Amino acid sequence: MNQVNLIECQGLCKYFLTARAVDGLDLTIGRGRIVGLLGPNGSGKTTLIKLLNGLLVPTHGAVRIDGEAPGPYTHSIVSYLPDRMYLSDWMRTADLIDFFTDFYADFDRVKAHDMLRSLNISPGDRLKTMSKGTKEKVQLIVTMARQSQLYLLDEPSGGVDPAARDYILNTILTNYSENATVMISTHLISDIERVLDEVVFLKNGIMTLHDTVDNIREHEGKSVDQLFREVFAC
Amino acid sequence: MNWTLVNDRPIYIQLTEQITQYIVAGVFKPGARMASVRDLAADAGVNPNTMQRAMAELERNGLVKTHRTTGRIITEDLEMLNNIRNELAGARVTEFLEGMKTIGFSPKEAAALLTEKAALLEDKKEEAV
Repeated sequence: MNQVNLIECQGLCKYFLTARAVDGLDLTIGRGRIVGLLGPNGSGKTTLIKLLNGLLVPTHGAVRIDGEAPGPYTHSIVSYLPDRMYLSDWMRTADLIDFFTDFYADFDRVKAHDMLRSLNISPGDRLKTMSKGTKEKVQLIVTMARQSQLYLLDEPSGGVDPAARDYILNTILTNYSENATVMISTHLISDIERVLDEVVFLKNGIMTLHDTVDNIREHEGKSVDQLFREVFAC
Repeated sequence: MNWTLVNDRPIYIQLTEQITQYIVAGVFKPGARMASVRDLAADAGVNPNTMQRAMAELERNGLVKTHRTTGRIITEDLEMLNNIRNELAGARVTEFLEGMKTIGFSPKEAAALLTEKAALLEDKKEEAV
């Protein structure tokens, strides 16, 4: 197995004109982990994910994925689910799968079709005609159907109904390989808590906690969801 | 398999307890092979690493053994299983008696009620046969 940590951030900062979105982040994450990226609105979760994915350039500090700065190599091993719809409305799901097959060498179209079938989404359906939740499901399916080393999922389950959410969590659990890491940013902590290894709490761009779920439960005597509500109480 | 997980305790400890229960109750048979960590984790809807940790705990307690070639086997030490079973039963009884105490029953009264109820259940069983 590869000895290099999958994610390494050193003194990572991203400043916008007036805001410090990510401020001096030191974070190391290994392989085979499912990590929850948790924080209130505007705490820097999406900025961090975009930095990891090379969509934003750090103001200071460095980020390495599998030992490399974000670039063509890291794009080939990172599967990214953005926090908004980015797919073209006119496409049918079948077009989308062709599109992803062309784009990514590690895209598994059989798996994608299997997942679509389990969620009763027909390959002939156009994205334009789908509900918000269904579109989110399609986006997640094409993200998880890649055989990547790192999955960055930015709010994957916001508009999805609870039953499908369970299916999606199961999909994440059964699809990532032992070498791959999944990072999920979300507000729906109680839903995903039991599939997480570790959690990262972000507050105003600063990491306030990085620990395993079971350690938190052991030391605090409460769930991560309860802890979050206390730490970030308004 | 039925998995019940509560929020305020470490997940791996709860998994360990539940698998222990399944083993002493004979749902998982002595000498039988355990399902893979991945399958068990998917069934319980938990992280495979957490299930792995529960397995390590069960191994430490001697309830399962790992063989290089055959995978994880449930112990055939029936005496140990019996001891654990009695221990768990004792804890349940204590819990029951404490619960009865909070609603004003002495242990003796609780026991009498329990005997009555047990007899009733036996009768029903016989009728069904």
